[in-house]
Amino acid sequence: MSDRTNITDIAEMAHAPAYNDDAANTGETRTLQIFRGDGEGGSLVPYEIELIEGMVVLDAVLKIQAEQAGDLAVRWNCKAAHCGSCSAEINGKPKLLCKSRVEEYDGQEIKVMPLQAFPVVKDLVSDVSWNYGVSAQIQPFNPGKEQAPFTMYEEDVERLYEPKKCIECFMCQDVCHVLRTHHKHPEFAGPRFFVRTQWLEMHPMDENNRLQFLKEGRGGVQYCNITKCCSEVCPVDIHITDNSIIPLKERVADEYYDPAKWLMRKIRGNRRNGSANGNGGTRASHKRAEIRTNG
Amino acid sequence: MIGAGGAGLRAAVAATERGLSVGVVTKSLLGKAHTVMAEGGIAASLGNVDPEDGWQTHFKDTMKSGKFINNWRMAEIFAKEAPDRVYELEQWGALFNRTPEGKISQRPFGAHTYRRLCHVGDRTGLELIRTMQEKVLATDTKVYMETTVTRLFQNDEGRVVGALAYTRETGKFIHFKAKAVVMATGGWGRIFKVTSNSWEGTGDGVMLAYHAGAELVDMEMMQFHPTGMVWPPGVRGLLVTEGVRGEGGLLKNSEGDRYMGNYDEERMELSSRDVVARANYTEVKEGRGSPHGGVYLDITHLGYDKIIQKLPTMHEQFLKLADIDISKEPMEVFPTVHYTMGGIKIDPETAASNVPGLFAAGEVAGGLHGANRLGGNSLSDLLVFGRRAGEGAAEYVKSNGYSTDIPESAVEEEKKRMLDPLQKQGEGENPYHLQQELQEVMMEHANLMRTGDSLKEGLGKVLALKDRLPNMKASGSTLFNPGWHAVQDVNNLVTISEVILRTALERTERRGAQWRLDFDGPDDDLGRVNFIVKEDAQGEVGIEKRDIPPMPEHLRRLFDENQDMSGGEKTGKESQF
Repeated sequence: MSDRTNITDIAEMAHAPAYNDDAANTGETRTLQIFRGDGEGGSLVPYEIELIEGMVVLDAVLKIQAEQAGDLAVRWNCKAAHCGSCSAEINGKPKLLCKSRVEEYDGQEIKVMPLQAFPVVKDLVSDVSWNYGVSAQIQPFNPGKEQAPFTMYEEDVERLYEPKKCIECFMCQDVCHVLRTHHKHPEFAGPRFFVRTQWLEMHPMDENNRLQFLKEGRGGVQYCNITKCCSEVCPVDIHITDNSIIPLKERVADEYYDPAKWLMRKIRGNRRNGSANGNGGTRASHKRAEIRTNG
Repeated sequence: MIGAGGAGLRAAVAATERGLSVGVVTKSLLGKAHTVMAEGGIAASLGNVDPEDGWQTHFKDTMKSGKFINNWRMAEIFAKEAPDRVYELEQWGALFNRTPEGKISQRPFGAHTYRRLCHVGDRTGLELIRTMQEKVLATDTKVYMETTVTRLFQNDEGRVVGALAYTRETGKFIHFKAKAVVMATGGWGRIFKVTSNSWEGTGDGVMLAYHAGAELVDMEMMQFHPTGMVWPPGVRGLLVTEGVRGEGGLLKNSEGDRYMGNYDEERMELSSRDVVARANYTEVKEGRGSPHGGVYLDITHLGYDKIIQKLPTMHEQFLKLADIDISKEPMEVFPTVHYTMGGIKIDPETAASNVPGLFAAGEVAGGLHGANRLGGNSLSDLLVFGRRAGEGAAEYVKSNGYSTDIPESAVEEEKKRMLDPLQKQGEGENPYHLQQELQEVMMEHANLMRTGDSLKEGLGKVLALKDRLPNMKASGSTLFNPGWHAVQDVNNLVTISEVILRTALERTERRGAQWRLDFDGPDDDLGRVNFIVKEDAQGEVGIEKRDIPPMPEHLRRLFDENQDMSGGEKTGKESQF
């Protein structure tokens, strides 16, 4: 035994210090309205639960699942706002359920619905597989002949950290009216993938050119009329409109509407924007992964 | 590939590059695997910040921390190949923080001799998984998202020739025919109530392999991360990255005392995880804890700007979930179940298990980390052995020709077993409640301090739970039904718990994560063995004590002559309390 410790009761030491769960019970109850149903339809069903101190809406949903409705479908993984799985809508606004404290809604109803820009699977789960299909159509990172380790300085890459924070919760996709209201899914990639395209385009070692994808391909960046709805809901505070979409729109405008560039393109074909060592309009071939969410 | 974390995806890339037709099956959406939760960094001896670093030192640190029951060949391969795997990530688009010279920056971490963790803020795991995800999306690999495997199929020779799975969305069954299977399903932290693991950490893969006849190693070794959140209750156990201590965070008790000096004077807060976890536990147990039953982790001296730059996720996590601004106030933390060192025993060269056609990599595999894993070693483990598993599986498939057909009756039997809980009439057990009961038992009896009596009592309780498993019932349909999914999880979790309790009873000593209060210290004889678990002919847990082969001369001479290689820390107070 060390001089600090004097454990006389070994068995006692082997038991983890008990937390007092009861102390966290507030003694209050709260009712949540949760969508129960599937793609065919459904309704909001009220569930009353005991309120626990600091509880987030995901805690409440999981408590309901364990105690009242075993088959209540909800998607979640990390419960720490790192993975972006538990996105749904609370009172009509996209939210990470793991990051939304119940007490934020004091004095209001809490209505939890699945993301609305995608087909509903069941209860709080939407079919977001469309996003993975779009992702597979973006040309991946391509450093050409350069071999890592790369020499890149902090000032070369610091603007890439922000778009790389994306946790793929798809809430920006959910709130974007081009998708949500106008259902342009076949010809518009959505904010999430402008964020991805931005870091790829701005990566100092990347040699691919994705401007054609943005303008003529299924990127469809011109559909965005910069209402900034996406930026407002981003749980990791990416300034999607200002830092991703507008710079991409500017690049597209430069490439397609600058008369000198237009002429050059006619003569020499597409080249990497601003790069002298582009590959003359050839596009790195890449195969598309097949994504399935069901058999 | 079963599992789409770092290991499964790296294996998929390796096998695809060798011309195989590859499918990745994952319980979640792509990119949500537990790899995403890794925060601090990926350990590789690039020597960018400390040029003295090299594979030899990384190897030594890994073996010392694992208390020398690691598979030394795995550790050697790992330390040698980790730098290439990091550069490969950069080649594929991963972005790490930079040094002033424009190289990948490296931060210090617990019990790494040099600054070794390549990182990007505190979201390194996200960078790794997104890079691998995008790499896989650009190949022919098929990804089956939200699909759970329930059983491996074997042919008459015992070779693995496929698996049965169901899609979570519809409950529809898929019979995968595969000439080789790579298990990359991660760990089983969900047997404990307080864990940093997501719902996925239910040990499906280790149980699939066990029931197929695979040998498991070091199952008694569960890592408790020293710093999990304690308040509010909903986030209890949530990880607080070791990066906080790497960036200079100090541990203090309620008396304001920086107590780590009493446990490891030299390394202080950056001692190995087992030591810091026990220190935190002891401080609370002896009455010097915080109001919510933790200790204080203080990083306020770093200042707001540096915290936002280096630990942005932690800042946000505490601010949002606990109303704590970590640039102004200390955090309250307590050990949380984090990682499983043990798992499927594999061949270090090919990642093959003893079952033909079955490979394993990542957390589900055992051997590399021994009795305690170093922070940052898991991410490089995923890539080093994920690649080897993919290549091993590809070589195996190319050199073996046989049919993947199995009798239809075997498929039907498994479907029937799976559907049974939905068809049960009358009253049944709620799987959620059984899981909660199990978690309470494991918290009480298999925590980071253990005694023989308590382990035995826990085993009795787990066996009683095992008897109740057939009564589990799920209501509703097969359409995205978490209650039905939970039945399968609980079956696995109960058996894993039994294995852990039984092996913990066998290892009668203090070594790394296995800390028996009823024994004084390490036992030199046990320092030369691993406990190997294999399902016996009666379907019971069989345990064999197996000698560790002696370390070859070229590795042995890396250690000082005077170094204690028994794995015990015989000097210093830490080993004594």
